Amino acid sequence: MATAIDEGMTPRLELRDISKAYPGVVANDAITLSVAPGEIHAILGENGAGKSTLMKIIYGATSPDRGEIRYDGRVLGHHSPAQARALGIEMVYQHFSLFETATVAENIALCLPGRMDLPALSARIAETAARYGLSVEPGRLVADLSMGERQQVEILRCLMRDPRLLILDEPTSVLAPQAVEQLFTVLRRIAAGGCSIIYISHKLDEVRALCQRATVLRGGRVTGSTDPRTASAHDLAVMMIGSDLPVTDHPPASLTPAPLLSVQGLSGRPFGAQGRALDGIALDLFGGEIVGIAGVSGNGQSELAACLSGEAAAPAGRMALLGQDMTGLRADQRRRRGLAYVPEERLGRGAVPGHTLTQNTLLTGYTAGLVRHGLARYAQARARAAAIISRFSVKAEGPQALASSLSGGNLQKFILGRELALDPKVLIVAQPTWGVDVGAAAFIRQRIIDQSRRGAAVLVFSEELEELIEICDRIHVLSEGRLSPSIPRGEATKSRLGSYMTGVGRMH
Amino acid sequence: MALRIEPRREVTWAARLLAPIAAVLLTLVFGGALFWTLGFDPLATLYAFFIGPVTGLYGLTELLVKAVPLIIIAAGLSVGFRANIWNIGAEGQLTMGAIAAAGVGLFAPQGLHGLLLPLMFLAALLAGMAWAGIAAFLRARFGTNEILVTLMLTYIAGLLLSWLVRGPWRDPMGFNFPQTALMPPAGTLSPLDPRFRVTASVWFALLVLGLLWLFVSRSFAGYRLAVGGAAPRAARYVGFSEKGAIWTGLLVGGAAAGVAGFYEVAGPLGQLSAVISPGYGFTAIIVAFVGRLHPAGILLGGLFLALTYVGGEAVQVSFGIPAHITRVFQGLLLFFLLASEFFTSWRITRSGA
Repeated sequence: MATAIDEGMTPRLELRDISKAYPGVVANDAITLSVAPGEIHAILGENGAGKSTLMKIIYGATSPDRGEIRYDGRVLGHHSPAQARALGIEMVYQHFSLFETATVAENIALCLPGRMDLPALSARIAETAARYGLSVEPGRLVADLSMGERQQVEILRCLMRDPRLLILDEPTSVLAPQAVEQLFTVLRRIAAGGCSIIYISHKLDEVRALCQRATVLRGGRVTGSTDPRTASAHDLAVMMIGSDLPVTDHPPASLTPAPLLSVQGLSGRPFGAQGRALDGIALDLFGGEIVGIAGVSGNGQSELAACLSGEAAAPAGRMALLGQDMTGLRADQRRRRGLAYVPEERLGRGAVPGHTLTQNTLLTGYTAGLVRHGLARYAQARARAAAIISRFSVKAEGPQALASSLSGGNLQKFILGRELALDPKVLIVAQPTWGVDVGAAAFIRQRIIDQSRRGAAVLVFSEELEELIEICDRIHVLSEGRLSPSIPRGEATKSRLGSYMTGVGRMH
Repeated sequence: MALRIEPRREVTWAARLLAPIAAVLLTLVFGGALFWTLGFDPLATLYAFFIGPVTGLYGLTELLVKAVPLIIIAAGLSVGFRANIWNIGAEGQLTMGAIAAAGVGLFAPQGLHGLLLPLMFLAALLAGMAWAGIAAFLRARFGTNEILVTLMLTYIAGLLLSWLVRGPWRDPMGFNFPQTALMPPAGTLSPLDPRFRVTASVWFALLVLGLLWLFVSRSFAGYRLAVGGAAPRAARYVGFSEKGAIWTGLLVGGAAAGVAGFYEVAGPLGQLSAVISPGYGFTAIIVAFVGRLHPAGILLGGLFLALTYVGGEAVQVSFGIPAHITRVFQGLLLFFLLASEFFTSWRITRSGA
């Protein structure tokens, strides 16, 4: 599969026949790809397609079982991340590794060799930032920076070492739409300087807007290699998931006259000094509708969700469930009155890892007939678990499978199925499709829509704007602990939501 | 080439069952080696330690006498252990239970007859609960570590006992020995057979195991504790009270230890003295873990660790080996148990460069 770029010059990076197996799963199976100098190359694939393993192999964090890695034509043996960096390979992880209490310049100095000369370094930082159009101020504390600014610091940190190959792992998952555009501009400038970029993503539109070449992975194998700018979305989807992108059915909503969940003036910091303080949150949730909470994580999402579920107490504000005050109720009392909740962490919070699916059905099913006279009814729990497994096509050995043996996506299907089996009046779902493959994501979204159309009030927290726009009737943006006014489905565009996420919307 | 510890992908049911058995076998092997280095015939001493004592009916009944408190206490402790509530002060709760039972037995008005034993039982149960309740209160209210609190309370209980039997409760007719008078006849459990020391406490131990089984595998309360132990954030997520788990775990353990104290005072001991337990409260921790916190396992583990007590006494008599050998065997068993537990869920592999 020689391309025009390959013929002219030595590829910056060439992988031949890379395979890596972990016990029970082949993460990479005979992967071959080639990245030219100055090329922005997408590794496109769903969660679990083998993208992260491949990146770890390139960066030297793990070594392949078979295959050959060539870098500028030279074969790399077992290299370590330190050797990779010496060769000019830099990686920006999805989760940042910055010291919050140090300044930008101090953070960057930490990963540069030699003595720390902060004034000179600051000047170099400012110069490099200006060259690539990054808005990074060397003297600012990292704690004061937004997620987008922190990512720029991470990228700048790599640029200070004159990289020849830059790897970015799902870089837009923490960014507002406007910041994504800014990031793309920066990346194009970096590539124009001759640095190759590997861009890992599962978002088709981003890859099509940015990359010159895409290697598509599915189930650890390369299913295609194409120019995403000319390939159709249909072709890319087929390569990535084996079929077209599924669509959900979204019938019109008919609302209950009174809100089923009502929040007034919810303020304060529920998790001690760590979390984000909520600032006067007011929210009404009517039966029959789905309301979305958009925004980048860390802006108060987990705090608001924990206040609603009853896991945390807010210092100020009132909450009402089905018209009755629930401010002082514990989580189990709220559940008994019809509230169900799917948290973003599945293992350890939404499910007990070392317990079977039967036992995990009892975890929330105790409010709905699985406990009688203080005794757990395991036979009924097993039957319900089996029903959830078959109705939600959960890949598991059966009700006796341990929750920890399920993949993240399958466990998510199980937990959502378990909560829906309670037929909740109010359903709160955080990140409903994180780590779930595209087909299952559509299924999950459809079940959420169905539950709302049966009269339940549904609140969805998600970082994926496309997802919220697809399923929600109204969308609020939660930014820095404050909730924007709700935007109806028809008017919710990415740029409108994005303006609220960056704080511009509040000015109007 | 380096050695690396990595988790096993699946923990088989057989491995979980085999771990305690492997630990027992390794204990025997190393115990035998220990006897050999001391200059004794390892097979003869091991026989005298583990087989000899239980070849006769008297030996078997003595085994039960030692096993009953271990089983009762271990059953109670296992409730808390399942919820990661580490009550390691059962020895102190047993002591307080014994003191309370003896106090009622010695100082209750005459003529209670059949009511005296139930009153002693109740007093011991409440005293054990109260002693563990101090740790529960401090943990639930201030977040103190219950391991430290229960352990330290054990020494306070021991000193209280020491003061009582040397001071106010000392038997005036006892030639200044540090002990109380004997319990009145109405406050004494008569043996099931006059030739032996075994009392009705055996039936109570079986009842406790039955209740534990019901609690562990059927009750919703037991399930809530298990969730709290395995995944505290999941317990918070569904609203299972953490404080409730702390109180339940500690009070049940304290009650069981207290009752074990009652059975000692009303049964084999018949009075309080400066030392009333050969470390039952601590050994019961080993019993609970050898038994994998399961009723059937606790029954077997209780019998085996009781054997280390009678065996230690037997080799002291027949070979002149100090009876403290009991502690050595218990330590060996705990060590090998922890090691084999570790290897059921982890393995050591060689990692390439």
